[in-house]
Amino acid sequence: MSATPVRAPRDIAAPGTGGVGDSPLRPDGTLKVRGEFAYSSDLWIDGMLWGATLRSPHPRAKIVSIDVSEALAHPGVAAVLTHEDVPGRKHFGLDHTWDQPVLAAGEVRHQGEPIALVAADHPETARRAMEKIRIGYEVLEPLTDARRAAFDPAYPQVQPRGNLARHQPVRVGDVEAAKARAEVVVSGEYRVGIQDQAFLGPESGLAVPAEDGGVDLYVATQWMHNDLKQIAPCLGLPEERIRMTLSGVGGAFGGREDLSMQIHAAMLALHTGRPVKIVYNRYESFFGHVHRHPAEMRYEYGATKDGRILYADVEILLDGGAYTSATMNVVGNAASLGVGPYVIPNIRIDAYGVYTNNPPCGAMRGFGAVQACFAYESMMDKLAEACGLDPVTVRQVNAASQGSELATGQVVWAPLPMAEMLQQARELPMPPPLDASDLRNLPGGASQTTHGEGVRRGVGYGVGLKNICFSEGFDDYSTARVRLEVIGGEATALVHTAAAEVGQGLVTLEAQIARTELGVERVVIHPADNQVGDAGSSSASRQSYMTGGAVMTACQAVREGVFALAAARLGRTYDDLSLAGGKVVSASAGVLAAIEDVLGDAVVEETREYHHEPTTGMDPVTGRGDSHTQLALCVHRAVVDVDVELGLVKVVELAAVQDVGKILNRLSLEGQIHGGTAQGLGLAVMEEIVVAGGKVRNPSFTDYLIPTILDMPPMRLEILENADPRAPYGLRGAGEPPTLSSTPAIVAAIRDATGLALTRVPVRPEHITGSS
Amino acid sequence: MRVTFTVNGRPETADDVWEGESLLYVLRERVGLPGSKNACEQGECGSCTVYLDGTPVCACLVAAGQAEGREVRTVEGLADGDRLDPVQEAFVECGAVQCGFCTPGLVVQAHDLIERVAQPSDAEIREALAGNLCRCTGYEKILDAVRLAAARKAAS
Repeated sequence: MSATPVRAPRDIAAPGTGGVGDSPLRPDGTLKVRGEFAYSSDLWIDGMLWGATLRSPHPRAKIVSIDVSEALAHPGVAAVLTHEDVPGRKHFGLDHTWDQPVLAAGEVRHQGEPIALVAADHPETARRAMEKIRIGYEVLEPLTDARRAAFDPAYPQVQPRGNLARHQPVRVGDVEAAKARAEVVVSGEYRVGIQDQAFLGPESGLAVPAEDGGVDLYVATQWMHNDLKQIAPCLGLPEERIRMTLSGVGGAFGGREDLSMQIHAAMLALHTGRPVKIVYNRYESFFGHVHRHPAEMRYEYGATKDGRILYADVEILLDGGAYTSATMNVVGNAASLGVGPYVIPNIRIDAYGVYTNNPPCGAMRGFGAVQACFAYESMMDKLAEACGLDPVTVRQVNAASQGSELATGQVVWAPLPMAEMLQQARELPMPPPLDASDLRNLPGGASQTTHGEGVRRGVGYGVGLKNICFSEGFDDYSTARVRLEVIGGEATALVHTAAAEVGQGLVTLEAQIARTELGVERVVIHPADNQVGDAGSSSASRQSYMTGGAVMTACQAVREGVFALAAARLGRTYDDLSLAGGKVVSASAGVLAAIEDVLGDAVVEETREYHHEPTTGMDPVTGRGDSHTQLALCVHRAVVDVDVELGLVKVVELAAVQDVGKILNRLSLEGQIHGGTAQGLGLAVMEEIVVAGGKVRNPSFTDYLIPTILDMPPMRLEILENADPRAPYGLRGAGEPPTLSSTPAIVAAIRDATGLALTRVPVRPEHITGSS
Repeated sequence: MRVTFTVNGRPETADDVWEGESLLYVLRERVGLPGSKNACEQGECGSCTVYLDGTPVCACLVAAGQAEGREVRTVEGLADGDRLDPVQEAFVECGAVQCGFCTPGLVVQAHDLIERVAQPSDAEIREALAGNLCRCTGYEKILDAVRLAAARKAAS
C-alpha cells in the first residue's frame, strides 16, 4: 500500500430518511455545492509529478523515428516514455479485439493518437518538454470514406483484419414479395453527424506507486473492473496489485467506457517511483475519448394506403474510426432496433460498422439506437404525409405493444403502451403562441435582427425504443456488499459496490434501497473500488436495474441474518418477519424488538451478485434472437419557432411521456429525462464534431456547441409506471430513451414549420435558408 | 513570481508562480481550493466562476498576476460554516446537482444574480446563467433552484 492522496474519496452518509419511491437528497450534494466534492482532477499528493501525452497531429502516418533525448534533458522532466516502455501487452481495448496501442508504434491511425508520455514537475514543463520530442512521420492519405471502407475491396486497410468491423443483418419475411404489394412507397437517406459526450469533468486521475510494486489508481471511469482487465496485462502486473478507487466523476455519457489516461499515468508512476497526475484540457479531451458514431442510413418503407407498413428495407452504415471500441455492440443495437418500436412483417436490415482514419467512435448515451431512431422516425413522418395521415396516427397504427414481435423476433414481454403514450403526448396542452414583443422569445434571442416576420411555428413527434442493460448474451452482473451494525447506538447500513456514480444519482438510490429493505435510516455509502466484486458499467441505463438489484438482494440476505439473530435472542422462530421503522416486526405478533437490540455487537455482512435474465446472441444471418434484457420507451412532442429567413430555431417546449416501470426517485428521474432530452436537442440543432480529411475542426467549447440554458425550453413530463415484472421493483432504465426521441421530434417540428425535408442532424441554419 | 491576494477573507501568498499560470491554477493547485472547476479552461463553460473584487469572472481567463492585491471569493467561501448559502441549499434540494462539475460556477453566478436582482424573472435567470454550461440536468432543476433561492432570500 502507499500514501493516501489529499481528497481521496471517503465514506459519505446519505442524508434524509427516504426509501424506494421517495426523493431524498443526494449523499454527495452538499459536498458538490460547497466545492468540496473531490473529482479526479482535484487529487493531490506530496511530491507528485504531472503527466502529459504527445499525440499525433496526423490522421494517418507511418512513424519513422522517435527521438526523446532533448525532451528528457529538459530541466524538471522525470521521464519520457514511448511504446518501448510499455511493460506488458502493447494493446488494449473494450472489445476482445484488443486493437488499440497503449502508445503508437510504427503507425498512427487517427489524429490525436497517443505516441509518447512525459512526467515533469509542472504541467507547463511537461508541455514544453513534449514539444522537444522529435517524431519522424511519413504522412499518408487518410482513409475517411466509410462507404468505400464497407463495400470497396480495393480500398486500403485501416486495420489488418480488414475495414469491416461488423455486418449484422436482420431478416424477417419476404421483403421482395412485399414490395410488389405496397400501395405507398417512401424512401429517404439520413445522416447523423459525430456527437461528443462533452462531459464537463476532463479525463484525469492520479497514479501512486505502491510498495508491493503495484500501483494505486484514482480515476474517473464508468467500469473499474473492465478498466482493470485491460490495465493489468499492459502493465505486466497481476490484477491484485492494482488498487482502483473511483474518484469524483464529472459526467460520462459513454465517454469513459474506454480507457484514457489510466495506463499512461500508471506507467509514468511505476517508471519514476513517484505519484503522477494527468489532467486533460478541453482540447485534449476531444481527442481523449471516443464519440458517437456518425451514420449514413438508407431507408425504404412500403405500406398500404391506410398507413400500415408492409416492409422495411434498411441500410445503416456506422463509421467507427480507427479502433474497435464499442463498435460491435453499437452495430448490434442499430440492427436490432433499426426500425424501432413498430410491427413490420417484412424486414431487411443491414447494419455495418467500419474502420477508417476518422475520429474513433464508441459509446454515447443511446448507443446505436440514437442514429436509427432519427431515421425511422423521419420515415414515419414521411409515411404519414404520403398516406395523408397525421404523424401520431401513423405511429399508432404501426405501434408495437405487449406481445408484439420486434425485428429480431424477440417478443415484448412487458407492458409497452406506445399508442396510449402517443395519445397522451398529443393531448397535452400547447404552449402559448409566440409573443414577439419581447425579442428574447424569438429564435436567436436578444441578438435577433428582425421583428419575427419570418418566424413559423411547428410541432413534431418522436418515439424511441432503447434496450436497457447489455445485450446479445452478455452476463453483465453486478455485486454489492452490505454490512449492518450498530454504530453510535444506531443501526447503520454500509453499502459497498464498484458501481460508478457518474452524476446519475446511483448513490442516492443505493441508500434508498438499503432503507427500504433493512428498515433503517442511517446508510453510509463506501467509495467505489475494486476491493468488492464487479458491478458492470454505468452504461446502457443499467445501474438502477443491476446494482440496484445487487444492493436489494444483498440487503435481503442481511435481513435474513438479522432474523436469525432475532430468533436466537427471542428463543423462537417466526415465519412472518420484516424490518421496518428500525424494528423487527412480526406480521402476527407485532413489534418484537429494535434492530439495535437484536444486533447488539454483531455485524451482519453479505455480498451478493445480481444477474439479469440471460439473453441470446443475434443470429449472424437473420438477426433473430432474444438479445435484449429490457426495453424502454419515450415519446417526445416538440414545439419550435423557426425563423425561415435567418435559419434560426428556437425550441419552445419539449414534452416527454416516458414509461419507467416504477418511479424510484422522482427528483433524480426527472433530472435524467431533462438531461437526456437536452442531449437530444443538442444533436438536433447544434452538436457536431466537424471533420475534414480525418481532422477535427472544432475541438473546443467555442466551436463545439452544447445547449445552454437559453437553448433548453421548459419541459413537460408525463411519467408512467407500468411495471416490468422481471426487474427489481418493476423498474425500467430511464437515462437513455429521452436522448433517442427528442432529436427526431425536434427535427419533425422544424420540418412542420418549414416544409423542408431535413435529412441530416444537426440541422444548421444553412439547411433552413438553403444557402449552403 | 509571488502573488499575494485575499481568498474568502484570508490573505494568501503563492510563491514560484509561473507567469503563464491562471488564477484558476493558483487556486486549485497552490492554494488548495479546487472547488472552482477546470472544465474548459478557455472561458466558455463558466465552471471556474469566482468573484474578483465582487464581480463574477472566469478564473481561467484571469492571469494569476492580475489577482495581486485583490479580493477573490470562491464557491468555498459562500457557506457560513456548516450553514449553506440559500443558493447552495436550493441547488441540493431541487435536484439541480447531478455530476456537479458545473455546480460551483453556477452557484457563484446565481448567487451574484440574486444579489443584484431580488426576484429575477425566468428570462433574467436564463440570461444571467447563459455562460454556464451544464451537461447533465437540461437546466430545468437549475431554474427551479434559482427561483427557490430568490424566493427564500426575498422572504428572509
